Amino acid sequence: MGSGHSAHLHVDGSSLLHRLPPQVKLVGLLSFVLAVVSVPAGSLVALGCLLALAAALLLSTGVAPRHVAARLVVSLPVVVFALALPFVASGPDSALGPLTVSSTGVTAAWTVLAKGLTGILSAVAFAVTTPPTDLVAALQRLRAPALVVLVLSFMVRYLTVVTQELARMRVARESRGFRGRGLRAWPVLAAASGALFVRSYERGERVHLAMLSRGFSGRLPETSPLTARPGEWATALVPAALALTASVAARL
Amino acid sequence: MHVPDGFLDAPTSVATAVLAAGALAVCLRGARRELDDRVAPLAGLVAVFVFAAQMVTFPVGAGTSGHLLGGALAAVLVGPRTATVCLTVVVAVQALLFADGGVSALGTNVLLLAVVGPWAGYAVFAGARAVLPSRPASVPLAAATGAWASVVVAALVFVGLYAVGGAAPVPLDALVAAMGTWHLVIGLGEAGITFLVVSTLVAARPDLVHGARPVLGHAKLVVAQGGRL
Repeated sequence: MGSGHSAHLHVDGSSLLHRLPPQVKLVGLLSFVLAVVSVPAGSLVALGCLLALAAALLLSTGVAPRHVAARLVVSLPVVVFALALPFVASGPDSALGPLTVSSTGVTAAWTVLAKGLTGILSAVAFAVTTPPTDLVAALQRLRAPALVVLVLSFMVRYLTVVTQELARMRVARESRGFRGRGLRAWPVLAAASGALFVRSYERGERVHLAMLSRGFSGRLPETSPLTARPGEWATALVPAALALTASVAARL
Repeated sequence: MHVPDGFLDAPTSVATAVLAAGALAVCLRGARRELDDRVAPLAGLVAVFVFAAQMVTFPVGAGTSGHLLGGALAAVLVGPRTATVCLTVVVAVQALLFADGGVSALGTNVLLLAVVGPWAGYAVFAGARAVLPSRPASVPLAAATGAWASVVVAALVFVGLYAVGGAAPVPLDALVAAMGTWHLVIGLGEAGITFLVVSTLVAARPDLVHGARPVLGHAKLVVAQGGRL
């Protein structure tokens, strides 16, 4: 969770997912994942098909597997939780080799694993095809609160600046012989974090003054409003429609 | 710490999203009071700071390390309303641009990490600050207490949500024991880091620490006759 955030996931490309307008893609992603989560536990065939669909979507972006492999490590907690479920869940016991496991737990483990991985694969497919600035424009188009859009746009703009500042501070520490091992490193690292806060805060003040002197009125102007054709909406909602069908069919 | 997709069922995910959106709406209105008109650029940079501070790994020993969650720290530094706005954006960026935390669980994660974390932390911080002597040196101690409480309370709220809409029936007392014990320890790390960061800031730039304002007192403006001080 704390590592691997240094680079944006986005990769340029010309696949179908790259070409869809970002607001359409965001709505498509949200509704797809929500529909997947609504599939009842135990419908493993349906969940397997949806997992395959998410994997196919990710593959269709044409992004090198090496680029996204590191991000798939975030799925580790899902796997650990799924492995633990058969042993901690309540319900009728069944024998699995020499072990006694809860059969509800085994079903739930497969369900959690499939849903969690489907969610991660589709979120990665969104992230690799959507530049961060497009996410800002998409949320603005979808009428997210103006302040949230503004904060997000600053975050996207200054993320690299501040993480590079953090990297420079680390180089400075290490070139002075600092080796972070054990609890004794904590005061040094905390002081660096404190310094980073002061620098970020002061940068915020400077940026604000610079923006005011250029006529900033408190709102982000929408320079080129996003548009989407009905066909693009229909395309983006296909995965969600499939997942919803699976969810309804599994209940019948 | 982020809840992935499928841990909680769809109705619970939607309900937490509605709760989170309501809390965010209230905080958006209040954030302007905490940072006046500088709110947008400053809140943006504070959000980036929280994101970057979560990347600093603190070695624990035996090859393991931990990192800051930052909910209580942000609440102490810029006030709980602004902290909620900043953490919401951090959680959203992590889910949508880094695939960290489930997209369907976005509402749950915002509720736990951006609402419950900062507010529980700030409430305990404010309580501890009222009890401790009214000195700047009390602020880091109160912040550490708040940070510890924010982690434990967020973990217990997650257990509550899991009891309502969890993926599999797990005996509640076992879950409380496991999550509680584990997060008591994680909370100690969070408290340690928060204590050290807030001490640094109270010593160097107390004017930037929102939670230190009541104990700073007011420096009197002295105008000396004839230009001599």
